[in-house]
Amino acid sequence: MKINLSLKNKIKIWKIIYKIRRTEEIIALNYYKEKMRCPTHLSIGQEAVPATLSLFINRKDQAISGHRGHAHYLAKGGNLKKMLCEIHGKANGCSEGKGGSMHLKDDKVGFVGTTAIVGNSIPIGVGLGLSIKLKKKKNLAIIYLGDGAIEEGVFYESLNFAIIKKIPVLFICENNFYSVYSSLKVRQPKNRKIYKLSQGIGCKSDFTDGNDYAKIFKKIKKAVEYIKSGKGPFFLEFATYRHREHCGPNFDDNLNYRPKKLSYNWIKKKDPLTKIEKNIVNKYPKKIKYLESEKIKINNEISSAFKFAEISPYPKTNILKKIYAK
Amino acid sequence: MQNKRPITMAESINEAIQIAMKKDKSMLCYGLGTTDPKGIFGTTIGLEKKYGKDRVFDVPASENALTGVSVGLGINGIRSIVSHQRLDFFLLAMDQLVNSAAKWFFTYNKAIPITIRLIVGRGWGQGPTHAQNLHSWFAHIPGLKVVMPSNAYDAKGLLLSSIFDPNPVIFIENRWLHQSISNVPKKQYFINLGKSKKKLSGKKITIISSSYLTAEAINACKYLKKLNIDVDLIDLRTIAPLDWSNIKKSIKKTGSLLVLDSGHFSGSIASEIIYKATNECFEFLKKPPSKLCQPDIPEPSSFGLTKKFYITYKEIIGKVCKMLNCDKELIKAELNYKKEFLHDIPNSNFKGPF
Repeated sequence: MKINLSLKNKIKIWKIIYKIRRTEEIIALNYYKEKMRCPTHLSIGQEAVPATLSLFINRKDQAISGHRGHAHYLAKGGNLKKMLCEIHGKANGCSEGKGGSMHLKDDKVGFVGTTAIVGNSIPIGVGLGLSIKLKKKKNLAIIYLGDGAIEEGVFYESLNFAIIKKIPVLFICENNFYSVYSSLKVRQPKNRKIYKLSQGIGCKSDFTDGNDYAKIFKKIKKAVEYIKSGKGPFFLEFATYRHREHCGPNFDDNLNYRPKKLSYNWIKKKDPLTKIEKNIVNKYPKKIKYLESEKIKINNEISSAFKFAEISPYPKTNILKKIYAK
Repeated sequence: MQNKRPITMAESINEAIQIAMKKDKSMLCYGLGTTDPKGIFGTTIGLEKKYGKDRVFDVPASENALTGVSVGLGINGIRSIVSHQRLDFFLLAMDQLVNSAAKWFFTYNKAIPITIRLIVGRGWGQGPTHAQNLHSWFAHIPGLKVVMPSNAYDAKGLLLSSIFDPNPVIFIENRWLHQSISNVPKKQYFINLGKSKKKLSGKKITIISSSYLTAEAINACKYLKKLNIDVDLIDLRTIAPLDWSNIKKSIKKTGSLLVLDSGHFSGSIASEIIYKATNECFEFLKKPPSKLCQPDIPEPSSFGLTKKFYITYKEIIGKVCKMLNCDKELIKAELNYKKEFLHDIPNSNFKGPF
């Protein structure tokens, strides 16, 4: 695979991270207006993995995710207006206001959906992968999951089946150490790495820092090459951190459920946006102007999408009659 | 019926799957035991050889994941028929059934064509977790269709309609019906989902039944006829969507309603039908509607404990006579004439064709 971490690609990753970051911040800023009346799980701090992955996949590769899916949807190229309309419960939403923030999809870019039950999307992603294999296509299915999802029985069932059938699936586990407020300490044995568990089950697996685009790049490149060679699934674990509360627009470290040092390290020192922006600016100072002009463009796109969502109409209730497909 | 071709329901199910596999070359058939020597009570025998390992395969004991896999396949337009040797085993898959399969079309406007075959055990000591009749659970979930064939002929046409329906369909087979025989045409035919079947026409009372209880009801009606009680017997065929308009017509005609339901007494489909009857046909009812269900007790295993557990033609006759105030002595004489049978295996009356 001839993909390198060139300046052009770095800028591509940066753009996606920046767009996700600003979208989420603007959602947070406007949440108090009570116009986005649904549970909303922001991706701030966890943007680097899906942004970097986007270099390796196209719209024929299919992705599926869970409750915290904004970053995955946007990085796959999902329509911003439709996402914001969905969060606002509007007719133009990507699931016509029936799903909310936790049910995003964009068929045009191969973003199949997000589901709101921990672990629920994993076997569906394996089914997507199986159909890709049966149709003899060269694409892959991407399943985003978190550290909590691997505690569900269906994770083991799905991984096991994907290995047996050599299904082209990339499992991306974003380990942010917390399932709502419950730390890994009370959920998983000490010193047992998630990727080692997956390896033990028989899946090719690896691990790296999920806030460092360069490290992510290397691991994903290797994993995608492996899957495309027809050998079966690959499991990647990425350590990362959410900056804000589990669900909602606020910071919640005042509740002291996460060690202060840990939060400081991940939020202040290892922020994925700062990391890639600093790298570009320091190495290529001539690009500063370009980045600034891109920021303006992205912010304009977000604010016009936001306005569009706010003035869009609510869905008509006759859509609720569609219970069965015909 | 012109066509004399008696085969078992297990065979008619096998035929339906084969017709579907030929019609839709991408359709898959899987589930635990699908390719084993016994082929899910004979229903999947020979399929792997004819349609290949890619399309017909055995799977790990992972009911929940495999249901999710069928959703993923459905998203990409691949139809699945998934078989489970007991309904009880499939309870491990409630998340994928309820949260994924049943919701996908509503949320994402994408049809999910899955047929899930669930086999309900009965008798021979099946016990608390091998014989549960939980069809009312599935009927409670919007987005699912629930089909309960009562004979080999219906099973073939209903299964074909289920497979080619663009929605998730729960197809419930009573284990005792697999060996029942009807005349089944060799060709393909479809029986519409959501439509009931009038099995007998009468004026005294409406009896609603489904699946195996239709067989018991037909048997009961033979005796009732001797007592000059002619029954309007409706076999539901599909319990979701429910064919309410035909039930309503019948209640208006007879003014009496008895619903048979193999599920537990409380929270049953029978209760739902009776609610509709009292709500929409109140002025036509001559007496309170009634129902026969399994008790609100888990099914025990012992031969000694299950004696009174099942609804048989005897309970149906007794209930109808009570509702219609018949001569008790006459019924007793009629029933005592009938030889005793073993309650935990399909009785000798029940072979078909019917």
